[in-house]
Amino acid sequence: MKKITKAMELVATSRIAKAQARVEASLPYARAITGVLTALASNARIDHPLLTPRERVRRAGVLLVTSDRGLAGGYSSNAIRTAESLIARLRADGKEPVLYVIGRKGVGFYRFRDRPIEANWTGFSEQPSFADARTVGETLIKAFSAGADDVDGGAGADGVLGIDELHIVYTEFHSLMTQTPVAKIIGPMQVEDRPRSEGLLPAYEFEPEAEALLDALLPKYINTRIYAALIESAASESAARRRAMKSATDNAEDMIEKYTREMNSARQAGITQEISEIVGGANALAASGSEV
Amino acid sequence: MAQQLHVELVAVEEKVWSGEAEMVVARTTEGELGVLPGHAPLLGQLAEPGQVRIKLPGGEQVSYEVAGGFLSVSDQGVIVLAESATPVSAAQSR
Repeated sequence: MKKITKAMELVATSRIAKAQARVEASLPYARAITGVLTALASNARIDHPLLTPRERVRRAGVLLVTSDRGLAGGYSSNAIRTAESLIARLRADGKEPVLYVIGRKGVGFYRFRDRPIEANWTGFSEQPSFADARTVGETLIKAFSAGADDVDGGAGADGVLGIDELHIVYTEFHSLMTQTPVAKIIGPMQVEDRPRSEGLLPAYEFEPEAEALLDALLPKYINTRIYAALIESAASESAARRRAMKSATDNAEDMIEKYTREMNSARQAGITQEISEIVGGANALAASGSEV
Repeated sequence: MAQQLHVELVAVEEKVWSGEAEMVVARTTEGELGVLPGHAPLLGQLAEPGQVRIKLPGGEQVSYEVAGGFLSVSDQGVIVLAESATPVSAAQSR
């Protein structure tokens, strides 16, 4: 048993390193796309559905990232708890939460409680690829655009109930020992208007038009955000599993030590008893022999 | 020596290529485009599927097949953003 948990601990450790490397590797792209968007936003008039908060938010999408497998301590349940409090807050604000779940643990949690899940994805929580993030992102963006024309109490002109807000709940990786679940809003996006110190901005040329470019870039940006959340969650999951397995290994070691001691002392007690019986028997024989 | 262009080719999952180059040739949705040092700032969406050719100072060139790409030219250099980028062998790109 100790061997199993030890092996899982080692696997998780190597996965953390891998996941961290992927977080690192995705940073240049994230930085570059943020830079491009900033340049675009400060050069063009921003009027895009993904950037404008809706006047009335009826349905809010919640994307929850959990793990596929258990044995990771409180990793999934912490994420679920954070999602639950977000959902409660949304309900209090009069918004109807719509659930999107990644990972078998989260799906299981809501299925068991018979609560509706709009869509779910499983099978890649430990090693997510960008293609996975894109699949998720496309679904969410479609729902988001479908929500644009919804009216009170029903779907709008397109007959599809969409969402007006998009939140994501995932687990931030701080260090090997601390990972915290967080809830963030990713749609509509908030654009920071940072006043630049150097005065005039470089006048960018756009190919194609700035609006078309924004149309193409924003969904990619959301996919990137989801991908970043997925890989960070994967790192957190592995770290949580490593910690859980470490304590399991330690417990197994303690137990093995304790039982070895008990076994040894039981054996020793048996031997001692046998010796004293033999000695007692020999003494008795010697005593009876001397009498004869 | 001629001025050089700092080029970065980044895919979502990793940084694919970065270094100094003489020229970058790419095709945006509007048409083929060559970027030399000192080019005006530009943002472009690359055509699908698009090939990005990076001409190195030694006369060699590296090519990548790029999907879902964007091109950003600024005074700091050229950044090619891609969802995925696969190298094309030299023979094919000529």
